[in-house]
Amino acid sequence: MRIVVQEPAFDIGAETAAFASGRHDMGAIVTFTGVVRDDTGTLDHLEIEHYPGMTERAITAIADEARTRWSLGDVLVIHRHGCLAPGAPIMMVATCAPHRADAFAAAEFLMDYLKSRAPFWKKEVTRDGAAWVAAKDADEDALTRWKG
Amino acid sequence: MIDVLYFAWVRERIGLPKEKVETSAATVADLVAELSAREERYALAFSDTSALRVALDQDLSDFDAPLAGVREVAFFPPMTGG
Repeated sequence: MRIVVQEPAFDIGAETAAFASGRHDMGAIVTFTGVVRDDTGTLDHLEIEHYPGMTERAITAIADEARTRWSLGDVLVIHRHGCLAPGAPIMMVATCAPHRADAFAAAEFLMDYLKSRAPFWKKEVTRDGAAWVAAKDADEDALTRWKG
Repeated sequence: MIDVLYFAWVRERIGLPKEKVETSAATVADLVAELSAREERYALAFSDTSALRVALDQDLSDFDAPLAGVREVAFFPPMTGG
């Protein structure tokens, strides 16, 4: 398991290749990459703040939980902070498992929890000013499907 | 003495990322009341705690949680990762 919180860009292809290499008992590798989206054409950049220490701790706890729920070979989470331009990759998760159902489900679980349980905060800096991105009720609702 | 940390708009409203606070507050809610009584900028940041989250020693917690033995308290808005 590898959890990385960093400011610099990462290479999706190289990370995926490294994650996939040398495995002979994993039939499925799922990756997800989150990218800075500009809905209105006015976004200059995104500023991502985080809580050093708690961030790594929270992501590790989420990944550990995924490994108890599904039969996984490995988990990778990379999440950036700092200033990110539209189109830049923000984060990626990768999971591998003997079968794809586990790899897909675990990747979705990781994403749902990273959204509202990992201490990151996004601020959109546009031509018209800057504003913190508000958490969505839908993000919180997404967690209910993993409970009970 | 505990470390109190602020993130995102809570940090901006209060005007600093971190401070040491001498307190005998029994719970997080008591600490919030103490801080809010200090100055307007604290009162403003803590005016609606339902819009805030709190972590005690880097674990998510609740406003009615006790502070005994806690070294680090962090206040922040709901998280927007991913």
